[in-house]
Amino acid sequence: MATITLITGSMLIIIGFYAILVKDNLIKMIIGFSLANTGLHIIMVSLGFLKNRTAPILDPQQTELNLLNNILDPVPQALVLTAIVIGFAVTALLLVVALKLHDKYQTLSIQKMWEEK
Amino acid sequence: MIRKFFILIILLAFSIILTGIITEYVSPEALGTAASYYAEKGPGEMGATNLVTSVLITYRGLDTLGEVTVLFLVASILGFYLNVQKSNKNSTCSPLLHTASRLIFPFIFLTGIYIIINGHITPGGGFQGGAFIASAFLLVLLAGLGKDKSTGLFSILESLSGLVYVLVGLAGIIFAGGFLDTRILPLGESGKLLSAGAIPVISILIGIKVGAELSSMIVKLSYNGQGN
Repeated sequence: MATITLITGSMLIIIGFYAILVKDNLIKMIIGFSLANTGLHIIMVSLGFLKNRTAPILDPQQTELNLLNNILDPVPQALVLTAIVIGFAVTALLLVVALKLHDKYQTLSIQKMWEEK
Repeated sequence: MIRKFFILIILLAFSIILTGIITEYVSPEALGTAASYYAEKGPGEMGATNLVTSVLITYRGLDTLGEVTVLFLVASILGFYLNVQKSNKNSTCSPLLHTASRLIFPFIFLTGIYIIINGHITPGGGFQGGAFIASAFLLVLLAGLGKDKSTGLFSILESLSGLVYVLVGLAGIIFAGGFLDTRILPLGESGKLLSAGAIPVISILIGIKVGAELSSMIVKLSYNGQGN
């Protein structure tokens, strides 16, 4: 189970880096950044996976449940929650930079920006 | 040509690193040290049935405060670079979207509030609910319903909730074990809405702050650059 999510996350990271490095359009590069970001989150969450366990949310009726042997690691989940929000913030900043560049050069293509310079 | 070659090398290097992670991954048999402490002591100490929330808000509360600060910084930078312009352009959306968004908006908003205030007993919390509320505002913007383009109310809300968040954290030093200790209020019965000390209070504050910040970001991004 964890292997599937690890492979998915890795593929998303590779696709994202490919888009960042190869694409000419700024918006497509930002989409690539977003993809790589999501892949990283998937990898982080799957590293906290343990077999045959459930989410770290308790049922108040089952107070005698042995938590230590029945729940997943809550730490990576809390960290990823943080990382998602920071990823959103960075994406918003990147979009502002793209907007400002578009205001100045009237284009989103990096190649054309170089030519105009 | 050389550039493409280097891109290929970089991508291959990343693939090798990630393949190493995948192939050498061994599923752990037991929880780590920190995680077993949270699992053993968390429900009794904090009274929240959602362990992720108690880790996020109490045990790692300082991280969450830092994260909220980063979000606030980004919202401020956006406000610095993008000034909302008064656009006279009438939005041309379909009447379907216009009517449907008026109908759906209160329900999305209500669901966001539900997710926020139940963060300590069910999956959810301030960040998720705040994002929900911001998506409701995005729908309103898409439908062209927002008459008033000012973001003044959002800034007041986010500043106030951030201030109260720090004050609640400081109250933890005086009345409980340390900064951002949520045991300043009675823990109550586990699983009830009014339980888990100050965790719901901080959840609501984070929800207001995140909802206001994301909404103001969306407003600023969508109303910029239409004038020129």
